[in-house]
Amino acid sequence: MPSLTTKIALGLLGAAAVAAPAAAEWKPVKPVEFVVASGAGGGTDQFARLIQSIIQKHELMPVNMIVTNKGGGAGTEAFVYGKLAGADPHKLVFGTNNEWLLPLVTKSGYQPDDLRPVAAMAVDEFLLWTHKDAPYKDAAAFVAAAKEKPLQVGGSQSKDTDQILSKRIEYATDAKFTYIPFKSGGEAATQLAGAHIEANFNNPQENVGQWKGGQVRPLCVFSPQRMSYDQKVTADMSWADIPTCKESGIAVEQYQMPRTVWLNAKATDEQAAYYAGVMAKVRETPEWKEWLARTSQTDRFVTGQAFADQVKKEQAEARTLFEKAGWLVTN
Amino acid sequence: MFDNVPLLLHGFEIALSWHHVALMIGGVLLGILVGVLPGLGAPNGVTLLLPLTFSMDPVSAIILLTSMYWGALFGGSTTSILFNIPGEPSSVATTFDGHPMAKNGQATEALTYAFMSAGFGAMVGVIVITLLSSAVADFALKFSSPEFFAVYLLAFASFVGLGGGNPFKTIVSLTLGLAFATVGQDTISGSLRLTFGFDELLRGISFLVAVIGLFGLGELVLTMEEGLRFNAVASRISPKKVFQTIAKMPRYWFALLRGSLIGVWMGVTPGGPTAASFMSYGVARRFSRRSANFGKGEPEGVVAPETADHAAGSSAMLPMLALGIPGSATAAVMLGGLMIWGLTPGPTLFVERPDFVWGLIASMYLGNVVAVVLVLATVPLFAAILRIPFAVVAPLIVSVCFIGVWTVASAEFDLWLVLAFGVIGYLFKKLEYPIAPLVLAMVLGDKAEDAFRQSMLMSGGSLGVFFSNPLVGTLTAIALILLAWPIVAMFLGRRRAGVAAVPAHAERSPS
Repeated sequence: MPSLTTKIALGLLGAAAVAAPAAAEWKPVKPVEFVVASGAGGGTDQFARLIQSIIQKHELMPVNMIVTNKGGGAGTEAFVYGKLAGADPHKLVFGTNNEWLLPLVTKSGYQPDDLRPVAAMAVDEFLLWTHKDAPYKDAAAFVAAAKEKPLQVGGSQSKDTDQILSKRIEYATDAKFTYIPFKSGGEAATQLAGAHIEANFNNPQENVGQWKGGQVRPLCVFSPQRMSYDQKVTADMSWADIPTCKESGIAVEQYQMPRTVWLNAKATDEQAAYYAGVMAKVRETPEWKEWLARTSQTDRFVTGQAFADQVKKEQAEARTLFEKAGWLVTN
Repeated sequence: MFDNVPLLLHGFEIALSWHHVALMIGGVLLGILVGVLPGLGAPNGVTLLLPLTFSMDPVSAIILLTSMYWGALFGGSTTSILFNIPGEPSSVATTFDGHPMAKNGQATEALTYAFMSAGFGAMVGVIVITLLSSAVADFALKFSSPEFFAVYLLAFASFVGLGGGNPFKTIVSLTLGLAFATVGQDTISGSLRLTFGFDELLRGISFLVAVIGLFGLGELVLTMEEGLRFNAVASRISPKKVFQTIAKMPRYWFALLRGSLIGVWMGVTPGGPTAASFMSYGVARRFSRRSANFGKGEPEGVVAPETADHAAGSSAMLPMLALGIPGSATAAVMLGGLMIWGLTPGPTLFVERPDFVWGLIASMYLGNVVAVVLVLATVPLFAAILRIPFAVVAPLIVSVCFIGVWTVASAEFDLWLVLAFGVIGYLFKKLEYPIAPLVLAMVLGDKAEDAFRQSMLMSGGSLGVFFSNPLVGTLTAIALILLAWPIVAMFLGRRRAGVAAVPAHAERSPS
């Protein structure tokens, strides 16, 4: 017959055995809302809906997911919604680097710290594109022409990633641009194909159709190394054949857009770790890899403290640039 | 020009399988359903169906989605006519004469006219795509911001320059609409406008919320005041009337042709179906022999916008496929779908995936025929709704209105907003302010503003950019002539009357 102490010890063990997994592994208990910081059909929307379908197919979460688009104010609406969610850990916000850029340039109703970084899943590349009849044979010739007289460049939205890049090139090279904001990268692509502007800075997916059709051509990519996809896109070129902007003499070594996932700042470490774990599993699936390859995005998975540090660093850099451009507002 | 015919025949082979015809019927029926529920609308319906299509092959997937799109467009016209609630921006113009017809007890006729002319317009649009696909794609590339502004100006001018009504009231309504369109983030400067630090206004004022309030709720309050009933109670509803109305269609051959032309032009350029329907209605009203009857239930006022709407809607598929420009919210969702299915919209799509493109075009022929037959079959059913006592229908309409508003952005704030618009709609009717200019300004106002400011950036601030090439110059000139038409007409009238004409020549600016 076991002694009283043994009984107590066993009882405690039992209690610990029950309690331990509950503390270590938080799980969502009701449907999770995927809040998308863009309208339906855009890059961020595809990002969120693809993750939803992968989680569903591979049963990576025990609950259902609902995708809602909140694209107002270039995505501000979604982040404000995430802020107002309070301690509810069933609302994930999907965005890009706009989470920490928007509050610097618009009166946006939230601070970057109102949300907690969960994971950055991939980075989208930026390229310098020009139209087929343009006289510039490479990036250096393009920059030289832009030093002579301002060239018209177009991009998606104002004071957003495309215009920030145009400013960085201006500061790095003394080139001068007239930036024309369009509603989307798709519009900027069509305007370049029709030779109404001289260049745009579109992501691969936004311009690949026009490139295949011979209406536009890439001059360089704003990445430390060349892209890895070496399957031919046109008759004689693949993504890997495009020189980096640095090797073409533009001193902007790296400019990429991370695809990011957020929780409310009040979420606990366990909750953030749980979703980061789910995203890590999503990243291993063939569907995810196939999407990256098809949209020519670069695989880069950052989570936890590393991601938080990256946010801090990029925000500080952006602040310096915005100050110089005179775009800074206080929230 | 006829090189495409064998390709099209091959497309028919693909589209005419049992599987695909079943998908078309299913898609059209689903579409009618989401179209009839205002606010649910085509974009949401397509978004909901999109995940289902991931496992299909791309041809089947696009056939399902486009069929649903056609169905939703037809369903949207149904609510415009019966309840004065346009489900889509492009069916707003249908309410102007469609709803008065329904109130006069001619719901069956109005629905039949709408569906038949919509089907006719769509057919013309598809035929244009078939014959001119390559030329049209090149033409659309010529459009930049100045050309877009000229097209929007043309839409404004053809509608606003109309005689009739107090011009000052028109201007008040128009400028209010422009102000509502300004709320939210500005594309050109990136800053927020008219949000007053209020987070709920970040996403701007949704057009659908405004329209459901102005038309749907406003109309209900008015109907209640006028005696709590539709005048349709006495009318007999029989399928026979549908056929009688179809037989009357040839009478409107000129409106059909003109509407198709305007629609195809606006679809290809790409000004979009909304601009097309407003323009077609405006032009019809100005040049029709029964001009005075417009707004009181004139069939031509239903035929003109519906034909243009659908001609534009179907011909706009071409720039979408060939250039990757989405002409509408629905098209944007479908474009996202194309990419998920592994297709790249763009000039090479026609070369790389001819089976997909021509399968789709063939399915547009068949899908539209299927849609017209199906919706005509529903006419007696829908017209019968008006025989239900108003006391029963009205609460239903109110709940449908609020559900529709909720689905736009799942925002509680919008529910209050729609009430406010309901009051505005009622006051406008009572004080005889026209609502149409407000709606037109909300739909096209911010697009026109963006295009104008982009043009100014391009030209360094010179207005000369609107006459810088023959294309934009012609568009601007036509727009200005239309805007000044009342003055021109007066001038010509005096001359004809033999009165010594006073050279009251006035420089009209596009402001």
